[in-house]
Amino acid sequence: MIHRFVTALSAVVMIFALPSPGQTAKDSKNWTAPRAQDGHPDLQGTWTNVTLTPMERPAEFKDKPTLNEQEARAFEKNSAKELQDVDGKSNHPLLAAAGSNGTGGYNVLFIDRGSELAKVDGVKRTSLIVDPPDGKMPPRTIEGKRRIAGMYKSFMTYDSVKDRPLSERCLLGFGSTSGPPMLPVLYNNNYQIVQTPDNVMILVEMVHDARIVRINGTHPPASVRQWLGDSIGHWEGDTLVVDTTNFTDQTAFEGASADLHVIERFRRVDPGTILYKVTIDDPSTFDKIWTMEYPFVATAGPIYEYACHEGNYAMTDIMGGARELEKAKTKQ
Amino acid sequence: MSMSKPVTVAAILAIATLSVCSAQTTGYKPPRIAGKPDLNGIWQALSEANWDLEAHVARPAMALRPGPYGPVPAAPVLALGAVGAVPPSLGVVEGGEIPYLPEAVAQKKKNQENWLTLDPEIKCYLPGVPRATYMPYPFEIFQNATSMFIAYEYAGAARDIYLKDPGPAPVDSWMGQSVGHWEGDTLVVDVKGFNDQSWFDRAGNFHSDQLHVVERYTRTSADVISYEATIEDKAVFSRPWKISLPLYRRQEKNVQLMDFKCAEFVEELLYGKWRKKPLGN
Repeated sequence: MIHRFVTALSAVVMIFALPSPGQTAKDSKNWTAPRAQDGHPDLQGTWTNVTLTPMERPAEFKDKPTLNEQEARAFEKNSAKELQDVDGKSNHPLLAAAGSNGTGGYNVLFIDRGSELAKVDGVKRTSLIVDPPDGKMPPRTIEGKRRIAGMYKSFMTYDSVKDRPLSERCLLGFGSTSGPPMLPVLYNNNYQIVQTPDNVMILVEMVHDARIVRINGTHPPASVRQWLGDSIGHWEGDTLVVDTTNFTDQTAFEGASADLHVIERFRRVDPGTILYKVTIDDPSTFDKIWTMEYPFVATAGPIYEYACHEGNYAMTDIMGGARELEKAKTKQ
Repeated sequence: MSMSKPVTVAAILAIATLSVCSAQTTGYKPPRIAGKPDLNGIWQALSEANWDLEAHVARPAMALRPGPYGPVPAAPVLALGAVGAVPPSLGVVEGGEIPYLPEAVAQKKKNQENWLTLDPEIKCYLPGVPRATYMPYPFEIFQNATSMFIAYEYAGAARDIYLKDPGPAPVDSWMGQSVGHWEGDTLVVDVKGFNDQSWFDRAGNFHSDQLHVVERYTRTSADVISYEATIEDKAVFSRPWKISLPLYRRQEKNVQLMDFKCAEFVEELLYGKWRKKPLGN
């Protein structure tokens, strides 16, 4: 677990290293992005999509997609206080979500959801989902419901390693950090972009996934299935558009099928921000196409080595613990 | 041991071969990015270095056991037949042999004899440097005026090469901390901050956390990078030593790095015994 600790430390350092809350919408109107050698906007750097804004709009903000400064500050202050209040209470839902239910495994040191709500055009948002306009994920199809139920069930199954979530197996980052869509999660929301005329390489710190977007490439045949799908990109004006298909049937973002089609748009809007807009298209899983929008904010490096599999001592304990529980039950 | 004679001959041949393909003498002028040679692309070593950096004749398997007429494949790898054999090579170590300190030789031998349980590659652990370079998988270099980054297909390993020295590595790691600079048309990468967990090859060649690697990448033609790595580790070797081998551009029109998330492939090996219903043999 040393890697997690180190990563958490780096995340803590990063919070303090964040640039001041960015430019105002007014400033960014006259701002043009620095250019890469080929004339396209330069997306390079170290970025974080950390945010207090949840993917779906909470009930308390029904019909309220944005908050004014005062409301936002109150919410952010309250979130910080809430986090302090739960420290040490490992059965609290927030900590339990990090897998420490009743065990005391995680304390708030490990939690890094940032200190701010997602800010787009200078305005704080109450959900990452912008379409549907109610800020809620569209209803799942029957097939989608079946798939997500299977995933939840698997979460409590310990018959073999293959039952465990992909993140526990060090195959993909927790939540959907690896993406696409690249979503923020409880901690470690750090990314690095290196850009050439032919490729945009996006390194996700968690589980060290380097996603290589081939500019003007074509997808491989449908028989080729990859954990992060296959990403190709093109420039539409100053926006990088990335099209990803060829997912595995296990990647299953929010219960999606292997036919998931993700379209991401990266646009630099001010010196410290890439605006990220991502559309989720999977008719067999969701009733409608849906879209999220949130910033990736410049952050100080470095990205650390996340040697997850190499330090996955917990897997032996998880599986061995399950067998011990069975033995104890047989004895009773 | 009966192996020593062919090894010596092979070592002499290796030195001869290496001196012929010395890097900087070709007169080739590579295309440039911000004035520096362009190393972008997907590259791969074509070499037996990952089996054994030193000169070696072919052998029946990486894991052997004594047979009445000489070694035979050990039981766990027997079924692989010719697929599990070790291809021969004159080696990539300049001077032929790795200069182990006397006390480190025993560890190397122990590693080799216990390859199946000790080689980090078998467990899909991160490869370290320089091993990442000559594993039998492609890697991709991303280079522009301000960045240099290498993504490896094997285990999804990745390495940022800082072009400004950030100072000592904040923490030891499998891939180390890489700092690059240009010496003429050669990219020189200084790598420190390693842990002591990775190996150099399947033959048990190893290092400590004192490892310091200096790599040199020189494009010698449109499709070849001459690669050298000088390896220094006072806890394991009596002096610095050097390997060199060419890296080739993958020529396929549709080549791309693909998933090789081998963590999945070793789950049965590492955790299979914890299955609710063990698969048995």
